[in-house]
Amino acid sequence: MNARNEILGRIRAANTAAQARETPVPRDYERRSPHAPGSPELLDLLTDRLVDYRATVVRVPSDGVDDALAQAVAGYRPVLLPPDAPWELDGTRDSPGFGPGDLDGFAAVVTGCAVACAETGTIALDGGPAQGRRAITLVPDVHVCVVRADQVVGSVPELVAALSPARPITLVSGPSATSDIELQRVEGVHGPRTLVVVLTEPA
Amino acid sequence: MSTDLGLPRFAPRGVGHLRGERSFPAAARDALADSQLRRNLGHATSTIRAKRAAVVAERADWEELRAAGEAIKAATMARLDEHLERLEAEVTRRGGAVHWARDAEEANAIVTRLVAATGSREVVKVKSMATQEIGLNEALAAAGVDTQETDLAELIVQLGGDLPSHILVPAIHRNRAEIREIFLREMPGVDPALTDEPRRLAMAARSYLRERFLRAEVAISGANFGVAETGSLLVVESEGNGRMCLTLPRTLITVMGIEKVVPSWADLEVFLQLLPRSSTGERMNPYTSVWTGVTPGDGPAEVHLVLLDNGRTATLADDVGRAALHCIKCSACLNVCPVYERTGGHAYGSVYPGPIGAVLSPQLTGVEDNASLPFASSLCGACYEVCPVRIDIPSLLVRLRAQHVEARREASRVPSAEAVAMAAAAWTMADPRRFAAAEKASRLGRVFGRRSGQLTTLPPPLSAWTAGRDAPRPPAETFREWWARERG
Repeated sequence: MNARNEILGRIRAANTAAQARETPVPRDYERRSPHAPGSPELLDLLTDRLVDYRATVVRVPSDGVDDALAQAVAGYRPVLLPPDAPWELDGTRDSPGFGPGDLDGFAAVVTGCAVACAETGTIALDGGPAQGRRAITLVPDVHVCVVRADQVVGSVPELVAALSPARPITLVSGPSATSDIELQRVEGVHGPRTLVVVLTEPA
Repeated sequence: MSTDLGLPRFAPRGVGHLRGERSFPAAARDALADSQLRRNLGHATSTIRAKRAAVVAERADWEELRAAGEAIKAATMARLDEHLERLEAEVTRRGGAVHWARDAEEANAIVTRLVAATGSREVVKVKSMATQEIGLNEALAAAGVDTQETDLAELIVQLGGDLPSHILVPAIHRNRAEIREIFLREMPGVDPALTDEPRRLAMAARSYLRERFLRAEVAISGANFGVAETGSLLVVESEGNGRMCLTLPRTLITVMGIEKVVPSWADLEVFLQLLPRSSTGERMNPYTSVWTGVTPGDGPAEVHLVLLDNGRTATLADDVGRAALHCIKCSACLNVCPVYERTGGHAYGSVYPGPIGAVLSPQLTGVEDNASLPFASSLCGACYEVCPVRIDIPSLLVRLRAQHVEARREASRVPSAEAVAMAAAAWTMADPRRFAAAEKASRLGRVFGRRSGQLTTLPPPLSAWTAGRDAPRPPAETFREWWARERG
């Protein structure tokens, strides 16, 4: 008998021996935040959570994004952009030919996001519009991420529901960090050591 | 390897890290004598306990989340075969390859073969309990493959030629000065002016690993969750070493215990709240990666999933003990355990230390191969209180103790000293006159322990009891004597 069928057979034998029965799952926890997506309360909460995790947050009206991005990457050259970047910004668009070593040559990357969760200060990237492939937000040392107000939801259940599992997803909550030495938090290990979030609201 | 049809099997001996060389009390004695270790552990566990308590208190629905987590896990186990078949079908449909491993040896052989097929002689690894459990690094080394651990704590353990001692923070037993010494001694190209400041140490690890990440062609990971209905796998981490391994190499091999499957995508809304708050004491860990098969142009072109049994089906066969498989490896129970806080993880002899290890390891190996672990607890219940999926660890410990006693009785016709003592106590307590006589006799013990009020060493066979505990000095007057005098 092959390993697959043997393991499945063992599971069936074990469940029979233990008389296992499936019981319903109580879902009495909070599934929706009391605040609507994009509401001022959630934008304030997201800002607070991100700052708590040592990210920098810049809040601008939507017509001020290009200026805010230019300011955020000032001093970092060269700048990497996803292939479909919609901003007026001096930078190099990602190409499938760029290997990890090439990506390592960029000082900063600017992307958008798919959705953000205020309660946990989490930004989700899923390779959708203005995000590019996963490697571009990983190798450069500075990640500048544009979050639109209408992309901000309140709770983790709303975040999970907004994501499509068919896509490669990265959830980012602050810059990379470790607490492996005496449980003391150090921001910035292998992922970007600096995370700047440009939060845009309708002008 | 087993040839029987469908009978659950324990994890085999001679491979992996589920069994210690010594019993828990013997190993714990050494750990307790190490005052540096006790200081490091006390500092680290109290820090993380406070962080967890603060972020758990933020959620008014914490108990409802725990109840949901427990129920999802129980429901998953009841139809584990169907969920695994679905997971396999979805991963395969999305361009991944699924392999099944009955035990550690088979899993090691599969991974070694997959690495060999890439032609690469080095792999980068994301911290993973399953691969530690099966001793994968040793198996790969024997096949001439160089394995690089990339989690900072795992790197400290690997460079120090040491063993992990905590599920979340494997180097929790080391302080900053010890870590600096290990880096100076073992890390090629390290700056000799390295200080013991945590930031400087973390930056030393970053520059040491950077080049290896950028050139790696093969990565090996575990998985925190595998979603049956979508075929998605998740790794939850902090440093970005996980993202490096999961994104940059051409080939990704993931080893996942069969109990890590969850039925639906929506179930993640529960576990992505329970795990980070319980584990690192954060609202959300810095990075969570989700991949579903192969995505052309984004990440590895070749994706493998190895599904591991290694004693899990044997654990599943016990109607109570199977709850140990609900564990999401957060390590909250280690941080609150008064036993773990004093002995550290090495004394448990298994990669799964602390309260959850004391119920998981003996079930994976068969209780007689880890017979001292169910006794490595005071049954205080703190572990149950913090468990995000409500595993009743104290009840499981008691059940395993009973199984051990039964196994001993069956194995030997000569009753143990403990069994004799318990039988004598039962006989004495069954009769009021016998009990009064025994109380009177115990007063002889009053000649000892005058200063502390404790008896720290009793003569054999009672010395077995006082080897690990103090006995109270018998009182001058028993309760029954007092009652007769006052109210008689």
